[in-house]
Amino acid sequence: MRDKAIYILGILGTLLMIWNLHTIFVVLPGEAAQGQIGKMLFIHVPAAITAYSYYAVAVVCSIAFLVTKNFKYDSVAVSSIEVAQVFTLVNLVTGSLWGHVIWGIWWTWDLRLTSQFMCFMLYLGYLLMRPAIAEATQRATMSAILAIFAAADIPLVVMAIRLHNVRTQHPAPVLETGGVDATWWPPLATGYFVLMLIAAALVLVRLRQETVRREIDSLRRELHAM
Amino acid sequence: MKQGLLAALFIARKDLRTEFRTKEALNASVSFALVVLMLFSFAFDLGREEFYDISGGLLWLVYVFAGALIVNRSFIREVPNDCLDVLIASPMPPWALFLGKTIASFVLLLIVELISLPVYGLFNNLQWVHAFWPLFGVMTLATWGITITGVAFSAVTVNVRLRELMLPVLHYPLLIPLLVGAMQVSTALIKGEASDIMQELRIVIAFDLIFTSLALYLIEFILVG
Repeated sequence: MRDKAIYILGILGTLLMIWNLHTIFVVLPGEAAQGQIGKMLFIHVPAAITAYSYYAVAVVCSIAFLVTKNFKYDSVAVSSIEVAQVFTLVNLVTGSLWGHVIWGIWWTWDLRLTSQFMCFMLYLGYLLMRPAIAEATQRATMSAILAIFAAADIPLVVMAIRLHNVRTQHPAPVLETGGVDATWWPPLATGYFVLMLIAAALVLVRLRQETVRREIDSLRRELHAM
Repeated sequence: MKQGLLAALFIARKDLRTEFRTKEALNASVSFALVVLMLFSFAFDLGREEFYDISGGLLWLVYVFAGALIVNRSFIREVPNDCLDVLIASPMPPWALFLGKTIASFVLLLIVELISLPVYGLFNNLQWVHAFWPLFGVMTLATWGITITGVAFSAVTVNVRLRELMLPVLHYPLLIPLLVGAMQVSTALIKGEASDIMQELRIVIAFDLIFTSLALYLIEFILVG
């Protein structure tokens, strides 16, 4: 059942992505001020929203694990965070490429770049700590706690870098200020939907690995007991 | 509640007494802070005005590095002879144990900070005495934030392999908003331009409130499971 879901989500996501890329690069004209590089928006922004969506899934599952002690939630949390990290990296790399062309620099310590990078570092700590705890229940509990701490920190990071004397280079978010042309909205929304589908397929693949790993661990424990 | 607070004070007193007998963490932390302060003088060759601009930032870098040495010891000192298991099994609630350890680390780190502040001023020819009390207020608030999260992570990593490496990797990214606020307030205070620091101060206070309540609530899961 899960295998079928992985294939369906993966194939559907890929086909939709090809169709969407065709719309973005062939049908739509270049951005008025930036030309073709402005189309980075269609990958850059959906990648960030996809990452945040899966971080949100992870924190909900982490709380659910602490309440129920059901290891399924822990597996979903770690899978979601790993996939969200990949999409955060996609967002950072595409942003850096875009910045290099438009601003002439690869990186600047401004509001959005810093908050995104901090988010990446916070959850990197989560992924680094997991393999260092041998016992399964303890690993899941400590990971859940870290995920909750990280989620509580993100609003504060955003608040801190919005301070008046922190430099900023990033434009005002175009999605909030209505700076996006009406013809750009459908491919943008499709871009988000496509990445969510692909991310779901990746989470399911990672979830299968976690389940198998847990089975191997329990078999190993049984062997030791014998 | 009252019993818990009394137990927390008891734990804090025990930890402080143990520390003052050996002074292991305190000596290491103070000498580490002095070494970092000395390294700054080699790293930067700035004019007086330029140094004032980054004074708060450097000060908090020293404090947060020194703090790592203090909070790291907090729960690890209970591991030999299974003392931690005994403390967890005792009738005192887990939050009281955690609060006691945080108070002890807070007092120790504040001592390290109060020793390094005059040395920092002396080495770099900084005038800070006029702003001592407001600076002390910021130090108290931000140090509480550093210790409450640091001691919580010290409890998280107590059974982790390579815990000395893990603690800073987990702790420092979390501290960013607190440090951004504390650094900017301290720079403004040292420069004598502290008219508009409420926004920064609010972040420091919000950090303290959020993580104190979160850590006190979650500590039972960390210690007991």
